[in-house]
Amino acid sequence: MLYRENGQFKTSYRSDQQIFPIAQDRIAIALLVAFAFLGVPLLASEYLYTSILIPFVIMSLAALGVNVLVGYCGQISLGSAAFMAVGAYGAYNFFVRVPGLPLIPTLILGGLCAMFFGILFGLPSLRVKGLYLAVATLAAQFFSDWMFLRVKWLTNDSPSGSVSVTQLKVLGMALDTPLARYLFCLSLLVVIALLVKNLVRGAIGREWMAIRDMDVAAAVIGIRPMYAKLSAFAVSSFIIGVAGALWAFIHLGSWEPAAFSVELSFRLLFMVIIGGMGSIMGSFFGAGFIVILPIALNRLLPAIGDLVGVEFSTTAVSHTELITFGGLIVWFLIVEPHGLAKLWSMGKQKLRLWPFPH
Amino acid sequence: MAFFLETLIGGLMAGMLYSLVALGFVLIYKASGVFNFAQGAMVLFAALAMARFAEWFPAWTGIASPVLANILAFIAAGALMFVVAWLVERLVLRHLVNQEGATLLMATLGIAYFLEGIGQSLFGSDIYPIDIGMPKDPVFLFDTVFPGGILVNQEDVIAAGIAAALVLALTLFFQKTTTGRALRAVADDHQAAQSIGIPLGRIWVIVWCVAGAVALVAGMIWGSKLGVQFSLTTIALRALPVVILGGLTSVPGAIIGGLIIGVGEKLSEVYLGPYVGGGIEIWFAYVLALVFLLFRPQGLFGEKIIDRV
Repeated sequence: MLYRENGQFKTSYRSDQQIFPIAQDRIAIALLVAFAFLGVPLLASEYLYTSILIPFVIMSLAALGVNVLVGYCGQISLGSAAFMAVGAYGAYNFFVRVPGLPLIPTLILGGLCAMFFGILFGLPSLRVKGLYLAVATLAAQFFSDWMFLRVKWLTNDSPSGSVSVTQLKVLGMALDTPLARYLFCLSLLVVIALLVKNLVRGAIGREWMAIRDMDVAAAVIGIRPMYAKLSAFAVSSFIIGVAGALWAFIHLGSWEPAAFSVELSFRLLFMVIIGGMGSIMGSFFGAGFIVILPIALNRLLPAIGDLVGVEFSTTAVSHTELITFGGLIVWFLIVEPHGLAKLWSMGKQKLRLWPFPH
Repeated sequence: MAFFLETLIGGLMAGMLYSLVALGFVLIYKASGVFNFAQGAMVLFAALAMARFAEWFPAWTGIASPVLANILAFIAAGALMFVVAWLVERLVLRHLVNQEGATLLMATLGIAYFLEGIGQSLFGSDIYPIDIGMPKDPVFLFDTVFPGGILVNQEDVIAAGIAAALVLALTLFFQKTTTGRALRAVADDHQAAQSIGIPLGRIWVIVWCVAGAVALVAGMIWGSKLGVQFSLTTIALRALPVVILGGLTSVPGAIIGGLIIGVGEKLSEVYLGPYVGGGIEIWFAYVLALVFLLFRPQGLFGEKIIDRV
């Protein structure tokens, strides 16, 4: 009843082409963004910021980047964590070696480093396709693991590649409270999400999707595969690189190469697949699911153990976590292979007909 | 020269062991089009089962002979892998027919997490030895030809022998038996195979069983080499370049690919490693595979990829 588009007439090209053509969607999104910026700071505790909200926001950004490559351009990548690592260490090098460089340009430079790295490891995609490419992208992962462990110059000669940053400032304001960090990450996320949304509904996004759906057919109708694929790699790894720099600078503070292991690559891909390939909204859903699930399991399992009178040791908890995580993922893929975004759009469709479905 | 040969032989042996793991990938991909990321977890699971059963059987039944205990443990672990294969087909694959490659890949990653978790809760998460009586001492060969001879690890030689025997057995199984023929038919064309009455579900169970058995052998050998521990799962990641180098659908490709990667890894580590800080084995294998792929995108022996619009 509330969710209807009847009577919303489009009288100009401008209104026909806006991001959310339905007025209710616009209101809902505006409310959501307002809540994220204004409502959450009133409610959240310090624990909520550091262990859920900030990781969720940064991982959403990373998932968004992965989604550009995997969901929109159809190039499966198992090396996303490597792009994050390059972004993080690239930003770190600029931060340490260029005194007085403000934080935002540092992050962007980190993203640019990741972009070049991404283009380099995206080159094989011109020749190699599908699962072969997926495995080939693992080369980026293992190369970056090795590079940040062994090439001392990149980590400012610190042993075992562990580095740290302190005293972050944005526009003269210190990022010393969790709230400030959260708001900073959130603002970046909103800006980049808007940019990506506009990219994917523009010409270049359509090229990516054409390549994803059938690359030979796309080439036949005049889309340059090289340009389309490499631009997807560039945009995607830039975003992932910025997310990696944020993850390192804001969330971790001090980190080592193991923070960006192949495990993280898998999790990023999980976010995209579970959230929904080729959907901006899906990236947020997926990131939420993958970030919150382990924390929820970690807290729930001992509680359930107390209920039934079984004492869970920490190793038992971590094993049960693995089992539940794996089981849930398989179950989820079976129930909804198109991801949470599909559920969302189905829900919206139902809501349109409610309360009088045919 | 002797040193070069020593490295070369070491590389070939290591390559044989990689191809053992790679075989598991190829078998499942051939028959069901699933890229099975759970192969590493299966290796760990099988090795854990084998190690722990070999420890438990003497305690339960009072068998004194370690050989008998090992054989019983091998059979029990094999049976367990059969159950795993059956459950995977029943609970997962059956429901994911006709899904995209990426979805299936992620599903096997889910299975991998599940197996890792359940394997470690059932069998424990410490480092366990598997002692199947392999000689551990290195021997010197050709000491008449080269001064000092060539140092070869006996254990590796035996392991490579087992791997070769397994490959031979698998080839015979695929070429000479009715089931093998059915498997090849399914690999060739799912629909055509189904239309002449080959039960797809049963074939998948069989293939996952065979992959489970290969995982068990691989787990046994790697386990007796390094001890059974969680890091066995990473062996799958080291076998992946072998798979794509040889071609996802080719059994001989897995062997040849394994040998190339094994040799390439060792030679690069010895001759190139010192200049760049060492530890380059793992990414070098990937880059090597990538270079091959640039010339043959379907791997050395893979089926030619034909694009149709």
